[in-house]
Formats: sequence, C-alpha cells, structure tokens
Amino acid sequence: MAETMQFDLVSPERRLASVKASAVQIPGADGDMTAMPDHAPTITTLRPGLLTVSGPEGTAEYVVTGGFAEIGSGGTTVLAERAFAKGDLTQETFDALVAEARTAHAEATPDAVDAAAKVLADMVAVGSEIGLSAN
Amino acid sequence: MPSLKDLKNRISSVKSTRKITKAMQMVAAAKLRRAQEAAEMSRPYTERFNAVLGGLAAAAKDSPSAPRLLAGTGSDKVHLLVVMTAERGLCGGFNSSIVKLARTRADLLLAQGKTVKILTVGKKGREQLRRGYAEYLIGHVDLSAAKNIGYDNAHEIAKGILSRFDAGEFDVATIFFNRFQSVISQVPTAQQIIPASFEDTGASEGSTLYDYEPSEEAILADLLPRGAATQIFAALLENAASEQGARMSAMDNATRNAGEMIEKLTIEYNRSRQAVITNELIEIISGAEAL
Repeated sequence: MAETMQFDLVSPERRLASVKASAVQIPGADGDMTAMPDHAPTITTLRPGLLTVSGPEGTAEYVVTGGFAEIGSGGTTVLAERAFAKGDLTQETFDALVAEARTAHAEATPDAVDAAAKVLADMVAVGSEIGLSAN
Repeated sequence: MPSLKDLKNRISSVKSTRKITKAMQMVAAAKLRRAQEAAEMSRPYTERFNAVLGGLAAAAKDSPSAPRLLAGTGSDKVHLLVVMTAERGLCGGFNSSIVKLARTRADLLLAQGKTVKILTVGKKGREQLRRGYAEYLIGHVDLSAAKNIGYDNAHEIAKGILSRFDAGEFDVATIFFNRFQSVISQVPTAQQIIPASFEDTGASEGSTLYDYEPSEEAILADLLPRGAATQIFAALLENAASEQGARMSAMDNATRNAGEMIEKLTIEYNRSRQAVITNELIEIISGAEAL
C-alpha cells in the first residue's frame, strides 16, 4: 500500500473517524475532489454528498450534509455539520434532512435561493445514490 | 423547648431531605460525566473550526469587502446580550452568577448611552432578569424540551440571532455563559460572537498557504454563520457541564449540612429524653419519701 495520511472526520457532536487513509474523495462545493498524501494545502466547502475514504483498513463511506474540508500537510480534516456513516442513515433521518432543505429553499431570500436550490438538489441526489428516496 | 415528638418529626424530615439531596447529587454526578464527555467530543471540531476560520478572518479583516458578520455594522449602538442559564434551579450560584455578569454589563452599556436588548436562553435567567430588566427582554429560547443539548439546538438559536442581525436589530452580540473549570469552580464568561472575534491562533496556523475552493470570500461567507452556531454550541455544552458541576457541589453541601443538623437534633432529642426520665425518677423517689 502506498503511503498514507491522517484522516479525521468530525462533526460538532463527535468524532466519527480518525484513521490512516490513502485517498479521500470529498464532495466539494465546486465538484468532487480526491485528496491523497502530499496534496496541496486546500480548504474547500462541502455540498451534501458522499465522502469516500480508502485506506489500509478498507473503504468507508459517509454522508455529509455540508461543512468544509481542510487538506493540509498533516493530513485531511473534514468538519461536517452533520455526518453519518452510510449504513447509519435511515430513511427517516434522510426525510428530515430533505424536508429541512425544502424549508430552507422555500424561505430563502432571492439572492440565496439558488444556493438553497442546489443544496436541495444535492441532498436528493445523495439519496438516490445510496438508495433512499426523497418523497 | 420543643417536645420529644416534635424533635422526632424534625429529625425524620431532615433525614428525608438528606436522602433527596444525596440522590440529586448522584444524579448530577452522572449527568456531569455525560456533559463532560459531550464537551470533550465537540472539542476537535471547535478547535479545527476556529483555527481555520481564525486564519481566514485574519486575512480578510482589513479588506473593505469583509462580510458584515466579521467587520460589524460600523456602529456599536445596539447591543444584544444572549444570557444562557439553566432551566432548573437548585444548583448553587450557577444561574445568579451569569445573571449578575450580564446585569453589570447591561448597566455599563446603558450608562454609556447604548441600547441594550436581552435574549434569554433557559428559564432561570429570564425569571431573574424580568425583575428590573423586563423592558429590555426581546426574546426567550426554551430548552426544557431538549434532554440532551445537540448541535441542532445551537443551530436554531444561532439562526434566530442571525436573522435579527440581518434585520438590523443590533450591532454587537455577546453571549453569557459559565465556563466549566472544575466541579467546584465555574467561571461566568462573556464572549462576543458578532462581529466575530477570534483568539489568536498563533503564527503556525497562518504560515500554511491554502488553496481555497470556491474562493476565500465565499468560504468565509459560508463559515461565519456556522461560526456563530459553533460558538453557541460550545457555550451550551460548557454551560451544561457547569450546571451539573454546580448542582453536584451544592447538593454535596446540602447533604453535609443535613447530616450536621441531624446530629445536632439527635443530641438535643437524647438530652430532653434524659431530662424527662430524670424528672420521672425524681417524682417517684420524692413520692416514696413522702410516704
């Protein structure tokens, strides 16, 4: 296995993962990116999406709803507002997330409505990707 | 002089009080551990978040296009004091110390001719501030329904504050809470959240040059509102731990006091019982002698 870097996934309430990773696929706001060891230092915001971590211990997938990722010399840290291991996200939680995005979209001010619409679309897209339907 | 029966009743009532305070102390101890764990869990996020945001903010602070959440509205006429207290009492000076700090600050601001608005989080703070400061209260957040403080609670509070800010209702927001130091010591703290202020994160953080995606400004604009929520969340957790710590030591004192009182009452009870017996004996003896 190639060299690895430290990867941390933290949400405000707890630390979800702290592992060695060889590659982390991050759903950046401007498009997906994959961080590998010795990646140029980058800070990016996240869109709702699927975060894939591959390392010596295998691959893990997480659903994140937003936040940001910091790729630095010491490793990669993802600070997600809310994050779930892919298997832990139930239809019920997902429905709540979609409903929240819908409300935000409905209440958004004219100059923020595009961003809210994108969040909603991304949220729905994540759902179909992991097999949960947004009704 | 109370009768024997009165004394006995008092002893048994103090004994039940001691049982209650003892139980409350143990419950508080268990809750304290949970609250401390929660605070511990949130620390990595808060630390990283503040480091990144602090670096960004330091770079953007002087630019004229800095977001209003960072640069402020340009005036400091209207102050919003967010007073975070507990939903329940019986925790020593916990609530009073926060309220006292907020009151001092409010008086100071009023003396400077500023406008003060107060938002209370937690029932106890509102009850105390309603005396004398009722006209400044503009809102209240009830957390009694929330069993465990979650990020969502903080998010809701932050959303409310931010929408008030966007509506131009205030210029500066400060949160008041108790910082947890140990079971016996909690420090009432005032922290300014709008405009955002950051502790110096040190030169090492600033020395790495990051690429920003989408752009520095966009990230900053995205992060600042979250920053407010993060700070409020951290404060809520500190507060929760402090509350339980304060309650634990208050109940520990109460239990000890009850113990002392029981001892004193028991001695008094025994003394008067002896006195009664002695009296009876004297009566019997003097009766026998008179015969």
